[in-house]
Amino acid sequence: MLTAENLPRPPYKDYHEWYAAQDTAHLIRKTQDAENIFRKTGITFAVYGHADSSEKLIPFDIIPRIISAREWRKLAQGIEQRVLALNAFLDDIYHKQEIIKAGRIPRELIERNVAFLPEMIGFKPPGGVYTHIVGTDIVRTGEDQFYVLEDNARTPSGVSYMLENRETMMQMFPELFTLNKVQRVEDYPRLLRQSLAAVAPPGCKGKPRVAVLTPGIYNSAYYEHSFLADQMGVELVEGSDLRVLDGKVQMRTTRGYEAIDVLYRRVDDDFLDPLTFRSDSALGVPGIMDVYRAGNITIANAPGTGISDDKAIYSYMPEIVEFYTGRKALLENVPTWRCSEPDSLQYVLDNIADLVIKEVHGSGGYGMLVGPTATKKERADFADKLRAKPGNYIAQPTLALSTVPIFVNKGVAPRHVDLRPYVLVSDKVKIIPGGLTRVALKQGSLVVNSSQGGGTKDTWVLED
Amino acid sequence: MLGRTANGLYWMFRYIERAENIARLVDAGLRVSLTSAGSSDEDWHGVLESAGVREAYSEVHDKMTAADAVDYLLRDRTNLSSVMSCIEAGRNNARMVRTALTRETWEATNEAWIDLKARMSRKLKAADLPELIGVIKHRCGLIRGAFHGSMLRNEIYNFARIGTFIERADNTARILDVKYYVLLPSVSQVGSALDNFQWESILRSVSAHRSYGWVYDGEYQAANIADMLILQVQMPRSLAYCYEKIVSNLRYLSEDYGGERLTAHDTADAIRTMLKRGSVTEIMDQGLHEFLEDFVYRNNQLSAEISDGYRFYQ
Repeated sequence: MLTAENLPRPPYKDYHEWYAAQDTAHLIRKTQDAENIFRKTGITFAVYGHADSSEKLIPFDIIPRIISAREWRKLAQGIEQRVLALNAFLDDIYHKQEIIKAGRIPRELIERNVAFLPEMIGFKPPGGVYTHIVGTDIVRTGEDQFYVLEDNARTPSGVSYMLENRETMMQMFPELFTLNKVQRVEDYPRLLRQSLAAVAPPGCKGKPRVAVLTPGIYNSAYYEHSFLADQMGVELVEGSDLRVLDGKVQMRTTRGYEAIDVLYRRVDDDFLDPLTFRSDSALGVPGIMDVYRAGNITIANAPGTGISDDKAIYSYMPEIVEFYTGRKALLENVPTWRCSEPDSLQYVLDNIADLVIKEVHGSGGYGMLVGPTATKKERADFADKLRAKPGNYIAQPTLALSTVPIFVNKGVAPRHVDLRPYVLVSDKVKIIPGGLTRVALKQGSLVVNSSQGGGTKDTWVLED
Repeated sequence: MLGRTANGLYWMFRYIERAENIARLVDAGLRVSLTSAGSSDEDWHGVLESAGVREAYSEVHDKMTAADAVDYLLRDRTNLSSVMSCIEAGRNNARMVRTALTRETWEATNEAWIDLKARMSRKLKAADLPELIGVIKHRCGLIRGAFHGSMLRNEIYNFARIGTFIERADNTARILDVKYYVLLPSVSQVGSALDNFQWESILRSVSAHRSYGWVYDGEYQAANIADMLILQVQMPRSLAYCYEKIVSNLRYLSEDYGGERLTAHDTADAIRTMLKRGSVTEIMDQGLHEFLEDFVYRNNQLSAEISDGYRFYQ
């Protein structure tokens, strides 16, 4: 919130003034109020592998993260460029593969990748859109300096927290929203529905029927699935509600079977169709891939988009953006060493204490090593894993991340954060001004994942 | 509406209803144990029987003690009909059908679960039971109130109501059936102190010990008690009242679905007619126990027909 001279950074000016006039005990009470709101509403998630399978709350921090309109515009341009490149890349990879022919990406990196789906080769999804919903993870290191950590192009989650965090802040501190002109995020569900309807399959007559596919109430993100279905006013379906009838995917209603045109699925590729992918999946719909390939349903995001946000592909993103947009990438990539390359592996092993090492196919902050905070033994153990399967890992430097203030019992304290803005792609690209700010609550920590003790806070993009 | 959603609503409200009824049964049981006429732990046999869990209880407990029985009925998770299990199952169903519920209804359900889970996380003390039972009834009442005050009167409402009354009818019939012998004319010619006490306990378990007086002018009589719980349409836990509600909600569904009538409609109409035309004398002549057994069977039958007819499952 403050500059080196101990003055509030410009976007925080009004907030800082307001904060200075608040009583700490009052803010502590507000933090508890927020927790009660979340618990009552049931905004919870399940942590896998916990013996006590009960639902957990994600800690919520009451100090908003504030971004100026100018800084946001710059960021949004970079994100739009990147999302367009991702879609162009997917279209190319599943059709002509020009980027491979041009020698910019090794063929085996694509074709041997589990996220690459041969079933998608030669198939054009309705509207030509592959990634309808993207959540780009971004970190800020200083004024106008942003790095992309990850492009979540499969089924990015967390958008319900963006919305509920805003709702909670408006309930608790209405006066802040008259002091600050904050851009709206509340339109997201409506925009999502429009965006999904805009890419209905060509054969769809009349108003497209949209549904959200969830793995069910025991899934960690179930709250979000039901929230989005509810806010969009569409059915929340499970695999067991659906079957393929007359060449369409249909849902079982109390009046009989009714066809679905657009399925926003929150089920991974592997589980989508037991006839095509994992045959033991009970979460998907047998035969949905045939319906899809026949052009009778839109699946969002398209199957096979995982190839574009794979950690092994990530390091090629600057080339990918340039190849398809003809311009240099506006947003930077974090420098990445691919451990599959012997020189890089040696470098990583020599500098393990300064690097963050990630599994290529991992997610959720699992299976990674944060060199600077790891113990000697953890580093040594990880080095063994690296030598055994170097192709499984990439390494990145720990960036000098900028911090934002969070509220602790003694007042404010700095913590590291990242930012996940949400992007909707249909015939146009729509970026919601704001996003999910995740906070590493432990002092000095860089891990923001909710499964690893991270929290969230509201994210404000100010109007001009 | 999805068949699974209709199923979820139906079961959500069956479980909430069951939780409340079990709390009432425990309440009546505690009352009995405070009364000199029946202070033995054996009385809990009848309560467990009414809750339909007597056999299951004896699989986990060797002896019958008041403390064990109460614990089993209120908080034991291995007992799928314990209040805690019912509240949790009701809330899980509510989560599943959350898009069909108003925010008020969901929050009342979720808060009931949060509150009761906290209150029942440890072994219960006898002294805390009256308050706990009050809270259970209160929480269930809040769910019902939020539901009534905020839900659209559409198919969602109808499936929820049908679940409520199928469950309630089943519960009332079981409560009566466990004690049917104390209502038989042969043994209850004279209103002995023991009879009075047994009858009051039946009325108490359906919260009707006060309203009985208003309807039948005081004195307990076996035939009147049977009449009140089976045929009295004004009594909200009687079989006749439940079937008025089931039939009208099924009729709304049929109108909503363009006049579609299912087997379930015929079955429900037949049961309602039987209850409307029946008299206590006939029922007693036919055999109260046989009557109740047959009723429970037909009530279950109707439940299965509704599941099939509205495609609750695959």
